Amino acid sequence: MASREEALIPKVGVITDVRIDTPDVKTFRVVTPDGKKAFDHKPGQCAMLSIPGVGEAMFSITSSPTNTEFMEFSIKKCGCVTEWLHQAEVGQQITIRGPYGNPFPVDDEFRGKDLLFIAGGIGLAPLRSVINYCRHYRENYGKIDIVYGSRSKDDLVDYQEIIDEWTKDANVNVYLTIDNPQEGWDGHVGFVPNYVKELGFDLNKTAVICGPPIMIKFTLQGLVEMGYDKTQVYTTMELRMKCGVGKCGRCNIGSKYVCKDGPVFRCDELEELPDEY
Amino acid sequence: MRKCSINDLNSVFEKISQSAVLYIPVDGENGADYKIWEKGVELSNALNTNKSPKNFFFPQSEDLVEFKTEGKDIEVIDIRDSKEDFVVFGVRACDVKSFEVLDRVFLSEPVDSYYADRREHGVIISMACSRPVETCFCQTFDIDATNPLGDIACWKTDDAVYFEAKTEKGQALMDKISDLTSESDDKAVEEQKTKTTEIMKRLPLADLKADKFGAGKTEEFFNDPAWAELSQSCLGCGTCTFVCPTCQCYDIKDYNTGKGVIRYRCWDSCMYSDFTRMAHGNSRNSQLERFRQRFMHKLVYYPENNEGLFSCVGCGRCLSKCPISMNIVKVMKTLGGKNNG
Repeated sequence: MASREEALIPKVGVITDVRIDTPDVKTFRVVTPDGKKAFDHKPGQCAMLSIPGVGEAMFSITSSPTNTEFMEFSIKKCGCVTEWLHQAEVGQQITIRGPYGNPFPVDDEFRGKDLLFIAGGIGLAPLRSVINYCRHYRENYGKIDIVYGSRSKDDLVDYQEIIDEWTKDANVNVYLTIDNPQEGWDGHVGFVPNYVKELGFDLNKTAVICGPPIMIKFTLQGLVEMGYDKTQVYTTMELRMKCGVGKCGRCNIGSKYVCKDGPVFRCDELEELPDEY
Repeated sequence: MRKCSINDLNSVFEKISQSAVLYIPVDGENGADYKIWEKGVELSNALNTNKSPKNFFFPQSEDLVEFKTEGKDIEVIDIRDSKEDFVVFGVRACDVKSFEVLDRVFLSEPVDSYYADRREHGVIISMACSRPVETCFCQTFDIDATNPLGDIACWKTDDAVYFEAKTEKGQALMDKISDLTSESDDKAVEEQKTKTTEIMKRLPLADLKADKFGAGKTEEFFNDPAWAELSQSCLGCGTCTFVCPTCQCYDIKDYNTGKGVIRYRCWDSCMYSDFTRMAHGNSRNSQLERFRQRFMHKLVYYPENNEGLFSCVGCGRCLSKCPISMNIVKVMKTLGGKNNG
C-alpha cells in the first residue's frame, strides 16, 4: 500500500538561503536534503510549504524553471506559517509538495508576443518566474515591458535583481513606481493602474497582472479602457487552499478550483466565474 | 438470485464477519447508525442511518502523515498501512449512489490513496427500500430505491432476505455464503418492488424535479434575490454538510502528540466562516455567500464538472436534521419553481 503515490504526503526541503527583500518580505531558497531541486515546475505554478505543527500554505514559486538548482519563494509576513518562516534560519528544514496549478502559457499563447507585465507589491513574486523564463528564452518573445509598483522604495521586492539584471537587458523596459514621494527616489510616483494608463502601451501586447485584488481590478479596468480585450490579459489568483489537488473544496469558485484550474486565468475566463474572488 | 430465511440472517452475518469486519445499521437511542456486527447485535428496521456511510471511505478524521522533528531537521513518516477488508450491509440506494459522487472527486487524478485503499477493501451490500418516508426524494435524481446497486443488492421481506451479486467483489462474497443461501426466483422481490414503487408515487416529494438545475446555470441562479431569504436563518452549524453523504470538503491540520506531529484531515464545511478565511481576507464573508456556495455546488458546479451528475442523492437527511428546517428541497422549489424544480 505505502508504495502508492500520495499527493498529500510532502517531501523534506531545506532552506539554504534567506534574503531580506523588504521590511515584510523575505525570499527563501529551498532544495532537498541532498541539495537538489525538489521538483520541476512551470512559470506560475505553486508549491505547498509547511512547518509540522504550525501549518501548511500555498506559495507561488518565484524562481524560474530555468533555474535547475533550487527553488525560491518570496514570502510576505502575514499569517502563522509566514511569521514562522520569517524567523527561520538557513539550514532549517521544512516540507514541500507540488507543483500545483496551471502555469502561464509561456510556450503557447505568449510565444512571439510583446509582453506587458504589471505587478503590485508582493504580486511580483509569481511574475518573477515568468519574467525570468521569458528573459532566458528571449528570442521567443517580442518586446518585454515591466511595470512594477509598491508602497515605497523599500517595499519593492527583488529590487536588486531588477536594477542589476532586468533594466540592463536589451529589449526589456522596466517602469518602477511608488505610491508616495520618498527621499532618495527620483523615479515615478503614483499608483500602478494610473501609471499604466500614463505610459499608454500599444494594444498588440499580451498583459499579465498580479497584485492586491484592488490593484488587479483597476489595472484591468484601465487596460480595457485603453482598448485591450480581456482575452489579452492574464492574472494569477490567491484563495485559501488545503489540498492543492482540487478535492478539499476550499478554493472552489463556480466549477473551477483555483489550485487545479488556476491559479493562472485569462481575464475573459475569470469573467465567467461567479464574483467570489 | 439467492435467498436465505430471515432466521438465518445472523448466520450469514457470522459467516461474513469471519473474514471481514461487518458493519450493519443498529438501533441506538436517537435512531440507527452503523455498528460492527457481533453475536447479539440486531439489524435495525429503520429506513436509514443518522450518519451516512461515507465515513467508511472518507472518515470524519484520519491521519495522513507523521513528522518527527529534531533541531532543524524533519523526518516525514508515511503512516499509511494496509487496510483490513470490511463489509457494509444495508446501504440504501441513495447512499450507494453517493459513493459514485465521492469517487469522482477522490478517484480522479491525482487519486486520493487513503480513499482508494478503503474503496478497494470495502464490499457494499445494499438494501432495497420497502418503506420510503416523506423526506425521501431519490427519484428526483433517477435513483431507484427498489433496485439498489452496490457489490451485492439485497431485498428483505417479512420472512426472507434475497441477494444478487452486482460485481466480481460481490460474487466472491456470495460464494462464501453459498452454504447459507439457496437459489430462488425473484417473485417476492418483484412483488416488493411493485409495492414500494406505488408508495414512492404517493410521497410528498414524488414530483420534485431537478431539470431546472445543472451545468451552465450559474448566471441564472447565482444572483437570484431569493438567496437572501433562504439563507437568512441559517445558523452556519454545518449539520447538513456532516450528515450529507456527498459533502466531501475537508480540512488538513497538525496535531502535536508530544512525540511528533500528526497531520490529519477531517471533515470541514463550506458553511463555516473560516472555511475560506485567509490572512488578508475572506472570499465568502457572509452566510448568504456560504449558503449559496453549498447549494450551487450541489446543483450547478458539480454537475458542470461531472457530466450532469448532481451532488445530491435525495437521502433526506438534511430535511430531518437541519435545526431551522432549511434544506435543499426548499432551495430547489424557491429557485426553480414550486414543483422543481
